[in-house]
Amino acid sequence: MGSAFQSPRATTAPDGAAVCIELASNPAYLCSVRSMMGVVCRRIGFGDAATSKVVLAVDEALANVMKHGYERRLDGRIWLRAARETRETGEGIRVVIEDEGRQVDPCDIKSRDLEDIRPGGLGVHIIREIMDDVRYECRDGKGMRLTLFKRLDRGARDPSTTGGCVG
Amino acid sequence: MADKSSLTIRVETRGEASVVAPAGEVGYHEAPALRSALRESLDRKPSRLIVDLTGIHYMATPGLATLIEALQISKRTNVVLVLCGLTDRVRAVFEIARLQTVFRIAPDVDAATTL
Repeated sequence: MGSAFQSPRATTAPDGAAVCIELASNPAYLCSVRSMMGVVCRRIGFGDAATSKVVLAVDEALANVMKHGYERRLDGRIWLRAARETRETGEGIRVVIEDEGRQVDPCDIKSRDLEDIRPGGLGVHIIREIMDDVRYECRDGKGMRLTLFKRLDRGARDPSTTGGCVG
Repeated sequence: MADKSSLTIRVETRGEASVVAPAGEVGYHEAPALRSALRESLDRKPSRLIVDLTGIHYMATPGLATLIEALQISKRTNVVLVLCGLTDRVRAVFEIARLQTVFRIAPDVDAATTL
């Protein structure tokens, strides 16, 4: 693969996360992360349809980091934590994705106009459609942090949702 | 961890139509292989290109982008592009992206040969 990075490894989760991994910005790893996220979602209690959607959202988010954050470099580092979380609005899964790639103003991360039928640019739309809370932040120093939350029983929209313009 | 076998692609001819049948997953890593297969089929200028998605159990936006690109090429080259065999999971992704009305979609390959 031409990368000095070792295989993604489990680490001690500092915040009680069910999963805490570090992976290279290599798309070849995405398939394995999808499998892992499927297991985590089902263990938390999501059904098949909701699990598929959360897996898709996380996959899209990681692909965006690889494509835009690291500009297709294969040796960047990405950290992913996934945990059950209870909020006032209900229980669900929280996924935090951090990187050391290019920083962008969180307010500039927008879905594109879907009326414009063209390849590319659908990932952010998919993430926002699927997840109840989507927050992009610039990390101190370098890189971005994306925090996603999806309720187990999706009813009304999470009132704490800000539309992902934090930082 | 790397999995190079998460997508396989079968290409065959059925009458005047080319049938491209990917199986497995189409994410960011796998989409280029599907793109190559579709472009090669379009380069042969069949009257109809059928993309049989029966074997696809996961599709992310790079897969959608690949199909949109194929659709654009097909329109420029007067090839009829038809998708078929969408599973519920794949159909859900099309719906989230609001693409379900952009493509000709048939239930199976037989129906796709005449749609």
